[in-house]
Amino acid sequence: MSSNQNILVKLNEAGFSLNNKWLVKGVSLQVEKGKIVTLIGPNGSGKSTTAKIALGIYKKIDGSVEKYTNKVGYVPQKISIDWTLPLRVNDFMILTESLNKETIDEALSLTGVIHLKDKNLGDLSGGEFQRVLLARAISKKPELLVLDEPVQGVDFTGEIALYELIKKISDELNCGILLISHDLHTVMSATDHVVCLNGHVCCSGSPMDVAKNNEYKALFGEQASQILSRYEHRHDHIHTSEGEIKKN
Amino acid sequence: MLDDFFIRALIAGIGVAIVTGPLGCFVIWRRLSYFGDTLSHSALLGVTLAYSMEFNIAFSVFIISSLIALTLIQLQKRTNLPGDALLGLLAHSSLAVGLVVIGFLSFIRFDIMGLLFGDILAVTVDDLLIIWIGGALILLILKLIWKPLFASTVNYELAEAEGLNPDRAKAIFTILMAAIIAISIKMVGLLLITGMLIIPAAMARNISSSPQKMVMYSIVGGLLSVILGLFSSLEFNTASGPSIIAASLFLFILSLLNIKQSIKLKN
Repeated sequence: MSSNQNILVKLNEAGFSLNNKWLVKGVSLQVEKGKIVTLIGPNGSGKSTTAKIALGIYKKIDGSVEKYTNKVGYVPQKISIDWTLPLRVNDFMILTESLNKETIDEALSLTGVIHLKDKNLGDLSGGEFQRVLLARAISKKPELLVLDEPVQGVDFTGEIALYELIKKISDELNCGILLISHDLHTVMSATDHVVCLNGHVCCSGSPMDVAKNNEYKALFGEQASQILSRYEHRHDHIHTSEGEIKKN
Repeated sequence: MLDDFFIRALIAGIGVAIVTGPLGCFVIWRRLSYFGDTLSHSALLGVTLAYSMEFNIAFSVFIISSLIALTLIQLQKRTNLPGDALLGLLAHSSLAVGLVVIGFLSFIRFDIMGLLFGDILAVTVDDLLIIWIGGALILLILKLIWKPLFASTVNYELAEAEGLNPDRAKAIFTILMAAIIAISIKMVGLLLITGMLIIPAAMARNISSSPQKMVMYSIVGGLLSVILGLFSSLEFNTASGPSIIAASLFLFILSLLNIKQSIKLKN
């Protein structure tokens, strides 16, 4: 296991309640350098809430959060930009940190939206905006990336490319990623640790462990379990048409 | 042709316009027009207290407006009333209390019209110092909190998540609002200060494509409004505040024509 120095953020039995209702309770997890932790769970299971606890957006929480970095990039699930603000993509890129032109261009190129640099944010499509959000989050070379449904509304081929990009960023920058996603297929091949939420941590572990877990099966169904384990398999061997198992 | 008092007024007005330009942009972006109104209504109370205690007007208005702003933040936390109701409550009650206090101060000669609508004759050298030193301080502080304030205006959670402390920026901005009202009250009058904040910025919004441009155009619009307004105020013997605001309205209408032209070009 990695040493404590690699921990970027750690939640200890963290929970958050709003109007006397618990949105999420008793969550313990940690994100380390170079690792991808994925939160999965049904709608309303507290995934975004958990991310916001980790980010320090929610302050009156149960339990505790230990955050060891200030270099954070965040892609929120929902964001609405007001039309009263004349904001171009370029202005948005330097919202929380001043960056030079090369860095901005590089990030926008990576997510495939460099041609939109001078466009008004309000004129972008949902998928384009999502790519800009991701570019902004990675451009500041963060130590911790929190991505809440980062590829929603992105076209199918783009989705795969962006997930590959996220994996690449995690390797190259050695940053820790807290990822929230519904798409079990695409995510699981890259994830190091899965936390399955349903108002509390219902199970967690490697994708393989979680796939075997009965609570996970009850929550997502047998089919989802197979998806998860299939991707786990892909790492070390392939199934040939004769039914043989071949090592990679 | 230019009398001494007129040059003073011009210098004062230019100072005010440079500061209201950027602040006005934030008022529009953050939807704070009614908040500005509330603070300026409460300024009447500040003025009457200044008169009754022989205190500096700008300082007294600053204190009272800041107190009203802090009260608002507390009320928002402690009651379930919507924000606009709380603003209305504070605006009208502080205006009423201010007027009642004026009633008690019958021994002092009050130029109530000058108070409400501005009076260029009343601008003294001391006022100039307050406007320019106060204005420079406001701009300096605004520059320091620009990044967190602007980022949280775009999206609060992004700013908070990425460590910019938006709550502190918001609190400081609230105090800056009270300060700009305090230093511009003699020029524009308390009923029209919000107009000075909003109208040049609204004009700028119509013709700008980035936040920096909007701030620049807003300052230029404010300067033109002050110059146009003050000259016509001298020419037609009208109160300075309404003349400046009317001039800014004129510029706003011009900016609308610009939009129509650019739409035509697109077609």
